[in-house]
Amino acid sequence: MDILLIIIGTLAFAVAAPILGCLLSGIDRIISARMQGRVGPPLLQPYYDVRKLLEKDRVSVNASEGIYITCALLFTLLAGGIFFSGGSLLMSVFIITLAALFFVIAAYSTRSPYAEIGANREIIQVLAYEPMVLLVAVGFFMAIGSFDVSAVLSAETPAIVKAGLVFAGFMFVLTIKLRKSPFDLSYSHHAHQELVKGITTEMSGSTLAKVEIMHWCENVLFLGWVGMFFVWANPLSWIIAIAVVLFVWFLEILIDNNFARVKWQAMLKWSWIITFFAGGINIMILAYL
Amino acid sequence: MSYLTKSPWVIHYDASSCNGCDIEVLAALCPGYDVERFGIINTGNPKHADIFLVTGSVNEQNIHVIKEIYDQMIEPKVVVACGVCACSAGIFHDCYNVIGGVDQAIPVDVYAPGCAVRPEAIIDAVVQGLGVLDEKAKALKAQKKGA
Ligand code: SF4
Repeated sequence: MDILLIIIGTLAFAVAAPILGCLLSGIDRIISARMQGRVGPPLLQPYYDVRKLLEKDRVSVNASEGIYITCALLFTLLAGGIFFSGGSLLMSVFIITLAALFFVIAAYSTRSPYAEIGANREIIQVLAYEPMVLLVAVGFFMAIGSFDVSAVLSAETPAIVKAGLVFAGFMFVLTIKLRKSPFDLSYSHHAHQELVKGITTEMSGSTLAKVEIMHWCENVLFLGWVGMFFVWANPLSWIIAIAVVLFVWFLEILIDNNFARVKWQAMLKWSWIITFFAGGINIMILAYL
Repeated sequence: MSYLTKSPWVIHYDASSCNGCDIEVLAALCPGYDVERFGIINTGNPKHADIFLVTGSVNEQNIHVIKEIYDQMIEPKVVVACGVCACSAGIFHDCYNVIGGVDQAIPVDVYAPGCAVRPEAIIDAVVQGLGVLDEKAKALKAQKKGA
């Protein structure tokens, strides 16, 4: 039964998330342009980009790169399917990390020095956000009483009430997960601050298109994690959750446009400090009080 | 219509330009001209680029670099020579080290003259290049079907 639910959820996510993610990305680019005093591209520009990439000639430095990226995309869809079908949050966290690792392996497999720098930085990013993301799962469990996301639907209070500090910590690492400045160390959408093109240097054509689609789906999933903190038994809470999600998305765009990239040392230091204090204190309170 | 014309990503290489044309190329990306309206993005990676903007003339030092970037770009691709130097070596044409315009190294599709080339001229050239890109995309498709 559970497996069936996950399969249906994954298929639904595979259809809905790219559409939603594409629109979110289009809105991101328009808002970014307006913040810089420009008109910006059309809303469907990210869609045009991906269609264009699919039209390009197929060139790859090796045979395995494309397979790794396909795996990364599939695991991202699975992680989204598990989450949105109300499955285990912990499972979703682990599987999305697996997707990140496949992405890293794809970059390493090319043996390009630039892609390798990108891959190294991606690993540092995983190191920076993973402890906090795990604490999100633990905090969620302590607040709601279950790792199952569907449990929020019968919760008397939203997770944010008991796990507020965990949420604050998660907001910090969310910038890393969404690949926004100042923490877009491995792969930036802005050419001016990138080493060739970071982790995607050797990826082109349909492989790069898959990376883009994966990125859209990731964004939808992570925003889903944000929304999860605000949903409880009351159906009206969905409106609050969506409002918060949109606000967070706007905030991330604002941050993206206002900060230059930091060094990886600073990213690692601050995300661990914040994980330790925000996540640690919150979980200690929940455990002992 | 190919989607290539809706999302042309450009790569810019400064051959032996005096930097006048480079400043104009980057100016085209600024709010005043805002080429992102047409989906144009500046990328530093030849493998992601569809349009190659070259400024300055070709010399013994950089001819290999230009060829290398061109070879790394994935079909369909278009080359735009920006500025008189890139078109025909301009005022540097009789320097001892200068070979000539960009077409001495790689096939050029669109020439955008001017010293320095105006951002408007660059945008016009890129738009003209989109037509070429569209044709090349169709040719590639036909070739794939035939194969
Ligand atoms: S065309 Fe003029 S401005 Fe452009 S690189 Fe040559 S000399 Fe400089």
